[in-house]
Amino acid sequence: MSAEEAAGAAAPGAAPGGAPVFDVDALLADRDTRIIVCCGSGGVGKTTTAAALGVRAAEHGRGAVVITVDPARRLAQSMGLTHLDNTPRPVPLPEADGAAPPGTLHAMMLDMKRTFDEIVEAHADPERARQILANPFYQSLSSSFSGTQEYMAMEKLGQLRQSGDWDLIIVDTPPSRSALDFLDAPKRLGRFLDSRLIRVLGAPPATGAFKLLGAGVSMVTGIIAKVVGAQVLSDVQRFVGAFDAVFGGFQERAERTYRLLQARGTGFVVVAAPEGDALREAAYFIERLRRDRMPLAGVMLNRVHRAGVPGLAGDAALAAAAELAATGEHPLAGAALRLHAERARVAARERLLMDRLAAAHPEVPAVEVWARPEDVHDLAGLAEIGRALAGGAER
Amino acid sequence: MRLHVVTGKGGTGKTTAAAALAVALAAGGRRVLLVEVEGRQGIAQLFGIPPLPYAERPVADAPGGGRVFALAADAEAALLEYLEMFYGMRRAGQVLTKFGAVDFATTIAPGMRDVLLTGKATEAVRRREGAARRGGREPADRPYAYDSVVMDAPPTGRVAQFLNVNAEVAGLARVGPIRNHADKVMAVIRSPQTQVHFVTVLEEMPAQETLDGIAEVRAAGLNVGSILVNMVRPPLLEAPVLAEAAAGGLDLDALVRGLKAAGLADPEATARGLAEEVRDHAVRVAVEQRIRARLDEVDLPRLELPLLPDGVRAADVGALGARLAEQGVGR
Ligand SMILES: Nc1ncnc2c1ncn2[C@@H]1O[C@H](COP(=O)(O)OP(=O)(O)OP(=O)(O)O)[C@@H](O)[C@H]1O
Ligand SMILES: Nc1ncnc2c1ncn2[C@@H]1O[C@H](COP(=O)(O)OP(=O)(O)O)[C@@H](O)[C@H]1O
Ligand SMILES: [Mg+2]
Ligand SMILES: [Mg+2]
Repeated sequence: MSAEEAAGAAAPGAAPGGAPVFDVDALLADRDTRIIVCCGSGGVGKTTTAAALGVRAAEHGRGAVVITVDPARRLAQSMGLTHLDNTPRPVPLPEADGAAPPGTLHAMMLDMKRTFDEIVEAHADPERARQILANPFYQSLSSSFSGTQEYMAMEKLGQLRQSGDWDLIIVDTPPSRSALDFLDAPKRLGRFLDSRLIRVLGAPPATGAFKLLGAGVSMVTGIIAKVVGAQVLSDVQRFVGAFDAVFGGFQERAERTYRLLQARGTGFVVVAAPEGDALREAAYFIERLRRDRMPLAGVMLNRVHRAGVPGLAGDAALAAAAELAATGEHPLAGAALRLHAERARVAARERLLMDRLAAAHPEVPAVEVWARPEDVHDLAGLAEIGRALAGGAER
Repeated sequence: MRLHVVTGKGGTGKTTAAAALAVALAAGGRRVLLVEVEGRQGIAQLFGIPPLPYAERPVADAPGGGRVFALAADAEAALLEYLEMFYGMRRAGQVLTKFGAVDFATTIAPGMRDVLLTGKATEAVRRREGAARRGGREPADRPYAYDSVVMDAPPTGRVAQFLNVNAEVAGLARVGPIRNHADKVMAVIRSPQTQVHFVTVLEEMPAQETLDGIAEVRAAGLNVGSILVNMVRPPLLEAPVLAEAAAGGLDLDALVRGLKAAGLADPEATARGLAEEVRDHAVRVAVEQRIRARLDEVDLPRLELPLLPDGVRAADVGALGARLAEQGVGR
């Protein structure tokens, strides 16, 4: 079905309010598409979407790799991923219509600590790398700092892109509550590592940095030392010393990766569930992408509930059920009608929320994917989501 | 039980459940403090009130004259408070803030941030009415300032680390107020007075996180309270119908006859659509049953809250609290 036909049909797959349909197949088939970033707030289906796009891309003959972050256990297993592992592994795709898919799919689970360690190992001489890796502050920075996961996801994307081995890279984003974290966290981390105080700590006393900041500084560092302990401060100091020699400005590095996201050939897919919070997040993200001139490919509205009998209004169903109940007969039909009324109510609420997003951003292409009664935990499920993405929610 | 820590996967309803729990615990004239620790103003949003300051404010009444107070704990404010308390450094606090040093200190030592936050909650647990000053000796003959404290805690993936205060401060200052403070905090969190509750919904990933989280919290030597299943959908169809539908054997003719009797247009097509809805629903119910069975494998008390069709508004918190009270909370 062409985009136009899809938009013209009153089918539920068509985005409401005349918004254009997000043509996922066209995005995947376009050989100039080299990076797809799936973002959205937590639990909406980013990981599922990233994997489903990968499966669909292979069906289009692409050589795709998916960087997943925190996939559901069964889904990871179905893709042959059993542990965090920074190396893309081939995903054994099932035959479609009796033939192997023309393309390939690889997948990996992001290991943020290992990614960080590898950057250190790649840039520092062995002795310095050893020092950095053993530093307690580095260990906490690389394993539990907020922002590190986002940063490492971007780093990994940059590495895979640079390797030139991949025709299409699909990145899933870390499970944070705000979609914007993916864009903001790396810079925030970079800013911290380049901050005035950490510079001062890293510099030997009585150098320019201290003089520049005046007498307040020694008092400040004194209090910090008292509170967090001198050991922590000296760990930080040693870390900064060793790290700086290797990397120079950290923020600059973060910004370089950021620019990759603005490049041609990148497309953002904003995933949202038809719920108030998720749609609000999606709207923020859309606006942010526009401000930062980042290419938005489209919005995926995931886990949309639909009524099996679109023409039957909820109250009509309830009235009919009441009529049957009064006669005491046809309990099955009565129950089915009550169930339908409930589904119609949910569908109407979701429709209203999605219409609001479409009205606020009429130019943004969107596609809807139904909520399956079961979660998506195998390759067949991914292929089905892929088809739904491509076909605008037909089944 | 005096300290209730509420965790769960993001978005499963931690804040909502924590508030409902606080209301249930306050019933019958008790005083309960609801503490949030993630700086997100989730409690204010839930109750539809302006952002909470770093101070305890009444937010809800409970049946029988009970009262719920709320506090948005903030690591930076807590740090300044400690500096003032232990070093008498009020002015220094301003300088520190100006240099961004408080933020800096809590960033380079994330464990300290957590200890400051858990510290606020445990201090409220220990506090006695009429105590001379916070942090001083609590007069043991006076009643507690709060009967219970409920903490809206970080999500499952982080909660064990967050609560495992001793491990958190292991790398920090070996002497001094923070260390002393950590010992006191740990004593409360490890004690039988404290329980960690897990909020989940009947979906695969939140349930899995709950099971993993329970194991982690237990491994850290802490007590698990209950599993709170949130957003439970009422059963719309009876078990035999569901079983039939799940097996694909729904009696389509009976459905058509019923629709005809109700005078609905196009009964055949409508019946096919309805049958599909019933099948979907039956599959969903079967999935939920499987998840319940997995949760049954850990032997813990179970609480449930219904899915409210239009979401949770401030006025609904009382009703959710009443549902928990019916299930024995506060008794
Ligand atoms: N029983 C319920 N019925 C209907 N909606 C609910 C119910 N419980 C929670 N919600 C809704 O689900 C959403 C998430 O709830 P809440 O904010 O309590 O979760 P949370 O676990 O605290 O989330 P976060 O991880 O973001 O802090 C809110 O919009 C809330 O109103
Ligand atoms: N269209 C869908 N229908 C049913 N379940 C879905 C759908 N999309 C996602 N899910 C399920 O929702 C859960 C969360 O999805 P996930 O992709 O891990 O979200 P995120 O990465 O955004 O946190 C998973 O269990 C997944 O199988
Ligand atoms: Mg994910
Ligand atoms: Mg919350």
